[in-house]
Amino acid sequence: MGNDELLEKLKELFPDASIEQGNDWPELLFEHAQVADGKFLEVVQTLKSTNEFLFNYLFCETCVDWKTHFNMVYHLESTQYRHSMVLKVKLNHEQPSIDSLSFVYRTAEMHEREIFDLFGIVFTGHPNLKRIILTEDWVGHPLRKDYDDPINMIKL
Amino acid sequence: MIEEITTAKEGEMVINIGPQHPSTHGVLHLLITLDGETIKKLEPNLGYIHRSIEKMCESLSYRQFIYSTSRMDYLSAHINNHACAMAVEKAMEIEVPERAEYIRVILDELTRIASHQLWWGAMAMDLGALSPFFYAFREREVITDIMEETCGARLTMNYMVPGGVMTDIHPNFVKHVKDFIVQFKSKIDEYDTLVTDNIIFQNRMKNVGLLSAEDAISYGTSGPTARGSGVSCDIRKTHPYSLYSKLQFEEVIETGCDSFSRYLVRVKEMKQSVKIIEQLIDNIPEGDFVAKTKAVIKLPKGEFYSRAETARGELGVYIVSEGGTTPYRIKFRSPGFSNLSALNHMVKGYKIGDLVAIMGTLDLVIPDIDR
Amino acid sequence: MLSFENISHGLHNWLSAIMSETPVVLIELTLVALAAITLFAALGLILVYMERKVAAVIQIRKGPNRVGPMGIFQTAADTLKLVMKENFMPDSVDKFLYKLAPFVVMITAMLILAPMPFAQGFQIWNINIGVFYVTAISSISVIGVLMAGWASNNKYSLLGAMRSGAQIVSYELSAGFAILSIVALTGSLNLNDIILSQQDGWWIFKGHIPVWIAFVIFMIAVTAETNRAPFDMAEAESELTGGFHTEYGGMRFALFFLAEYINIFIVCGIGATLFFGGWMPFHIGHWEGFNHVMDYIPSSIWFFGKTFFLIFVIMWFRWTFPRLRIDQLLNLEWKYLLPISLFNLLLITVIAIKGWHF
Repeated sequence: MGNDELLEKLKELFPDASIEQGNDWPELLFEHAQVADGKFLEVVQTLKSTNEFLFNYLFCETCVDWKTHFNMVYHLESTQYRHSMVLKVKLNHEQPSIDSLSFVYRTAEMHEREIFDLFGIVFTGHPNLKRIILTEDWVGHPLRKDYDDPINMIKL
Repeated sequence: MIEEITTAKEGEMVINIGPQHPSTHGVLHLLITLDGETIKKLEPNLGYIHRSIEKMCESLSYRQFIYSTSRMDYLSAHINNHACAMAVEKAMEIEVPERAEYIRVILDELTRIASHQLWWGAMAMDLGALSPFFYAFREREVITDIMEETCGARLTMNYMVPGGVMTDIHPNFVKHVKDFIVQFKSKIDEYDTLVTDNIIFQNRMKNVGLLSAEDAISYGTSGPTARGSGVSCDIRKTHPYSLYSKLQFEEVIETGCDSFSRYLVRVKEMKQSVKIIEQLIDNIPEGDFVAKTKAVIKLPKGEFYSRAETARGELGVYIVSEGGTTPYRIKFRSPGFSNLSALNHMVKGYKIGDLVAIMGTLDLVIPDIDR
Repeated sequence: MLSFENISHGLHNWLSAIMSETPVVLIELTLVALAAITLFAALGLILVYMERKVAAVIQIRKGPNRVGPMGIFQTAADTLKLVMKENFMPDSVDKFLYKLAPFVVMITAMLILAPMPFAQGFQIWNINIGVFYVTAISSISVIGVLMAGWASNNKYSLLGAMRSGAQIVSYELSAGFAILSIVALTGSLNLNDIILSQQDGWWIFKGHIPVWIAFVIFMIAVTAETNRAPFDMAEAESELTGGFHTEYGGMRFALFFLAEYINIFIVCGIGATLFFGGWMPFHIGHWEGFNHVMDYIPSSIWFFGKTFFLIFVIMWFRWTFPRLRIDQLLNLEWKYLLPISLFNLLLITVIAIKGWHF
């Protein structure tokens, strides 16, 4: 499916989300309130199992700290149709939490641990949510913009 | 960690593979739960070589950050640099000169061969055959010499810059690459005689570490790991970049889903890479090797993603720009990290000896995983 | 003619002439012990050097080439380093067993040396059950390995030791049957009698294909028994880092290391004795002239030549083959080698009874 067609279909399916064409792929942005209470899993399941989409390959999962809020960014691809899309969810800054995708895409388990470690996003339903890169007793989440470590960080 | 050890069930044993272990090829720590010699559970513990490259890049300019990526997957340094340069070029809409594209692709493929050769030697060494390592290095050394001559470095190349390559190729480059191809073609069959056809080797690799196509996709694996399970995922074919859409080569796919398939994919990929280089080496066009760019690169506001096929799989560079001279956020989707996530699934029920055979075929480079 | 036999006899006669029997025996025992230890040290140095050079040739590199001409003093320098090292011992090991284990392995290796005929008439102990003695004593070394693995209080060591135990116990069977096939042919357990029975040709040539099969099985089994690649399960450095000797360092480690090489020497010596006639020169039936020419080469050179050839073969294995997995290793023994060697033994017995060999 081409990007334009994909865009139309997504608009049809998720009328309340903000959808736009990004630099490469269609971008689907949800507010956290829209996908709370397990609705996010439904959205992802729809994207994964609808015959027109079949987004079965989560090739990148990350997070961006926008100071006022966090954006979870999921890059999805269909290995069958070879089309891709970006799924974004806006999380609030105080208590960021979102449904874990680790049972939809197994690779999310490690990626979410990394994001939990470096951003402090809590993934509900994650089977083993603990720090993966930093030590268990590390204070703070380094990739947040307000993180400061005057001893170990070198500013350029 | 400590509670894990104490919570091991009766008759089970928790053992630390790494951080210093000969077959993890770096500082990877795996906690495995054993029943006798059979692996029940595996949990990777990362971070021993974490340098927070993503955070560092937030304070580096768009010319500088590329250099830090050579230190991620140090065996595919050129390809990492290429992916980053592409992301910047895409955002800036820089037209890369033809000559630079040729040089880039040739070096990418040489890097792939060098990386696969090191993997091949290390793989055989993991399985207890120590000699292939030296045979692998015999050819790899030639590539490394070519690299040294071209960009002055043997490991962390830092050769590709936004807009092209840093300097022009050495006058002897074409000759040396051709010599290498002649040498490599005469030796590649030796690899098969020495290792691939060995019955012990095949017994160790076949039906070990099964990863079905569905799981391979779900675990986000890419590169030879996924192609060994019959998943077509070569970015060079599925999302062609640079010159790859014009080149004749095959995407190597094996459907055995086991360690041996992954092994075969890599060995065959080396031959495909030679094929690619042969198509390019005689036709490097004259002209600029780098496009004219401003001294200070400022990316427009927006998000840019570029994908490249490294020796280990798909490398994604995700740049979020606020319009300044440094990235607001940068994410490297490293192939090793996703491939590693499948390891627990793959080793369950196999023996410790198999763990080595399975981990070897994932071709993990630890700095690539930790970043 | 100056030979080992003449030297030892001359020494014995001279000692007997100047003193009574008891001191002679005591002095001779001391001399033998000294000779054995010297031989051990020398063998260790030579074999390690040889291993490194063989590896280098196979791996298209130079090998040791800095210390002394052709690097011949490299191993001596390494040994010196190991001797100088601190005898470090981890805190939580079983101290007694930990210290004892290397000696058990080493002493076992030394004991097997006793019935080895190094040259014509040159043997420490001409025992009439030599073959049986060798197979019996060599089993003890597994106890040393198990001891080391258990006492180290390390999971890797334990796994290595357990592997080693399973492996050695299994492969002793095949090695035993292969040895038995020669015993069946000669009808004697005495190593000297076995050598003398090969006066008109070595068993490997006299005994038709079954002896070849026995020889191949013997080589596979002893490679496994000495924990050499491709059967180095007990060490398996890419899996178990160091196996049973992970926690050992310095001279204690060196003893294990040395014992491994001595064991190789011994099993190859046994192999050479059983299949290639030990010190017996290359004789062909009744070609008196040819046999006479061959006799001019001293018997010790024959013995060491054959032994070192077999050692070379075992080293060749090590640097060529990947390692087997533990279950494949045991399958190979119990499902293939053991049935084949049982059947082979039957065949050889028939050959021996019917006198079908040359």
